[in-house]
Amino acid sequence: MNLFAAIRVALTALRVNALRSALAMLGVVIGVSAVIVMVSVTEGASNAIEEQIASFGANLLIIRPGSSAFGGRRGGAGTATFMNDEDVEALRNEIDGIAAVSGEMFGTSTFVADGVNWTTRIQGVHAEYFEARDWFPSSGRSFYSEEVNSGARVILIGQTLAQELYGASDPVGQIVRVGTTPMEIIGVMSAKGESSWGQDQDDVALAPITTVRDRILGYDLGVRDPVFTIYAEIDASADPGLVTADIEDLMRIRRNIQPGAEDDFSVNNLGEFIRARNETESQLGVLLAAAAGISLLVGGIGIMNIMLVSTTERTREIGLRLAVGAKRADIRNQFLIESVVLCFTGGLVGLLIGIGGAAYIESLDQFPIEIQPSVALIAIGASAFVGIFFGFYPAHRASRLDPIEALRFE
Amino acid sequence: MTASLIHCRNLTRIYKMGENEVHALRGVSVDIRRGEYVAIMGPSGSGKSTFMNMIGALDRPTSGTLEIDGERLEAMKPDELAAFRGKRVGFVFQQFNLLPRTAAIDNAALPLVYSGISASERKQRAEARLRQVGLGERMDHHPSQLSGGQQQRVAIARALVNDPAILLADEPTGALDSQTSEEILQIFDQLNHDGMTIILVTHEPDVAAHAKRQIVFRDGEIVEDRT
Repeated sequence: MNLFAAIRVALTALRVNALRSALAMLGVVIGVSAVIVMVSVTEGASNAIEEQIASFGANLLIIRPGSSAFGGRRGGAGTATFMNDEDVEALRNEIDGIAAVSGEMFGTSTFVADGVNWTTRIQGVHAEYFEARDWFPSSGRSFYSEEVNSGARVILIGQTLAQELYGASDPVGQIVRVGTTPMEIIGVMSAKGESSWGQDQDDVALAPITTVRDRILGYDLGVRDPVFTIYAEIDASADPGLVTADIEDLMRIRRNIQPGAEDDFSVNNLGEFIRARNETESQLGVLLAAAAGISLLVGGIGIMNIMLVSTTERTREIGLRLAVGAKRADIRNQFLIESVVLCFTGGLVGLLIGIGGAAYIESLDQFPIEIQPSVALIAIGASAFVGIFFGFYPAHRASRLDPIEALRFE
Repeated sequence: MTASLIHCRNLTRIYKMGENEVHALRGVSVDIRRGEYVAIMGPSGSGKSTFMNMIGALDRPTSGTLEIDGERLEAMKPDELAAFRGKRVGFVFQQFNLLPRTAAIDNAALPLVYSGISASERKQRAEARLRQVGLGERMDHHPSQLSGGQQQRVAIARALVNDPAILLADEPTGALDSQTSEEILQIFDQLNHDGMTIILVTHEPDVAAHAKRQIVFRDGEIVEDRT
C-alpha cells in the first residue's frame, strides 16, 4: 500500500469521526500554540535586551564617584569628590585592556540657530567617547583630541536637535549659538532612539569637554577639570573582571583610600548587569518552554488514548484488512499515519493560533515579539514526532492482532 | 491430470486454553480439486471453522502438511500468509464485514490496495466484479444504503476481485432471509459453473445441497465425505 493511499485512508477515517478527531488534536493544538507563544515572547524579550546592551556599548565600564550604584547604596553617586581629567589620563595610560576611555560632564543649555531656539542637554566629552559608547556621527565627523586640548568651538548634534533647529536642511558646517558661545556644527550623530527608561537619546549635543566646562557651563565644582562620569570600553580580548579590579585598585590609590576603608566610587559593568538579567529571563524562558512542552506531552497522551479507542473499535476492520491481504506493516502504518495526520493537523492549527496569540500580545502592550521560522519548524516537527511516538504503541498493537480473533470481535 | 488444489495430510490444531488443551482438529486428511464446490458441515465445535481458517491461510496447523495451489502453508510466516490470502483466497463472511461509510466500489477494491495495484485498475476491476454480482447501479452506495443481500453481493465482489483460486464462504446466508439466501446461492452456483472452486461452511442442509460434495466434521475429524 503506497503512502498516498494510506494518507487518504487515514483522512477518511478521521473525517468519519470529525468531532472526536478535533477533540483529540486539541491537546496538541494547545501544546504547540503554547510553545510558540512562550518561545516568541522569550525570544522577543532577550532581543530587546540585546539591543539595549548594544545601544549602551557592550563592554562598557562606568566609573562614578560615590559608592556602588547596585549594591547597598551608601553615599550615592555624586556625593563624593568629583573625578577629573587626570583620572581619565591615568586610566588611559596605566590600565591594560582598555580600548577607549572618556570623561563626561553635562548640563543644560539653549541652542539658537536662525531665530529658532531649543533648550536641551549638552555633554562635554573626550575624543574617545565615540568609540567607548560605540556611537558615531551619521554625517560629518567627530572631534579630535587636539580639539579637546585646545577647547575648540566645535559641536556634534543629535538627530532630534538637528530636526528642531534645522528641519530637513543639512546642519553640518552651520554655526549654532550655545548659550552665548557660537560653535561650528561638525557632524550629526546617528539616531539612537529612546533609552530603556524612555529618554530621547537623540535630543542632545556633544562638544569637547574643555569647551563645555570653560565656555558653556562654567561650573565651579571645587575641582580642577572636573568629570562627572568616566566611560571605559574594555578591549574585546581582555578579561572584564580583571580590568575592573585594576581600575578599582588604581582609583583607590588616586583617591587616597586606606586599606579596609570603603570605596567612595563605583565601577559598574552595565553590559554584565544586563546580561545577568538576560540570563534570568532566559532561564524563565526555559521554564515556560518546558511548561509548554509538558502540555504538548499531555496532548500526545490524549492522542495515544484516542488511537487505542479507535483501534479497539475497529478491530473487525483490522481483521478484515488482514484477511484480504494486509501485512502487519500495512496495518501499523495505517494507524501510525492516522495519528501523525492528527498531530500534524493539530500542529498546524496550533502554529496559526500561536502566531495569532503572539501577535495579539505584541499589540496589547507593545511587547516585543520575535517569531522565528525555526520555531514554526520545530513546533511542526515536534507535533509530527508526538504523532509517531504516541501513535506507535496503538498502531503496533493493532498490527499484532490475530485475524481470526479480530474478525470474530463484537 | 487433476492435481489437488488443496492437499492436506494429518492436519491437527491444538489450542491452549489455560491449563487445558483443546484439540480442534485431530488428523484431517483431504484433497479438494480445482473447480469443486464443497460444503463443510458439522455442529459447532466440530472443527469445521478451524479447518476453514486453515485453508483460508488465516491460521497454521499445529502439525501435518497443508498445500494449496502448489504452496506449502504450514511453515509460512504471518506476512507470507497475508500475501497468500491476498492473492489466492477470497472470503465471504456471515456478517459481510464491509467497511462502514465506504462506497461499494471502494469496499470491493480493498484487497487490491494491498497487492499494489494502481488506482485506475482497482476501480476497473472492482466495477467489473460489482456488475458480475448485479450491483452495477449501486457502486457509490455505502453499506448502510444497501440491503443485506446487496451487502453480501458487495462482499462477494470483494472476494472475487483478486481472481482467487478459492472462494471461501463462512455461513454466507446465515444473516439473510430465505429468498435472499437463494439469490446469493445462485451467484455461487453460477461462479462454480464458470470454474471457481468454492468451499462453503454451513450447518443448513438445504444450503449444503447446492454443493456437489459435502464433508461433515465431528469432534475434529471428518466423519463423512460424500459426493
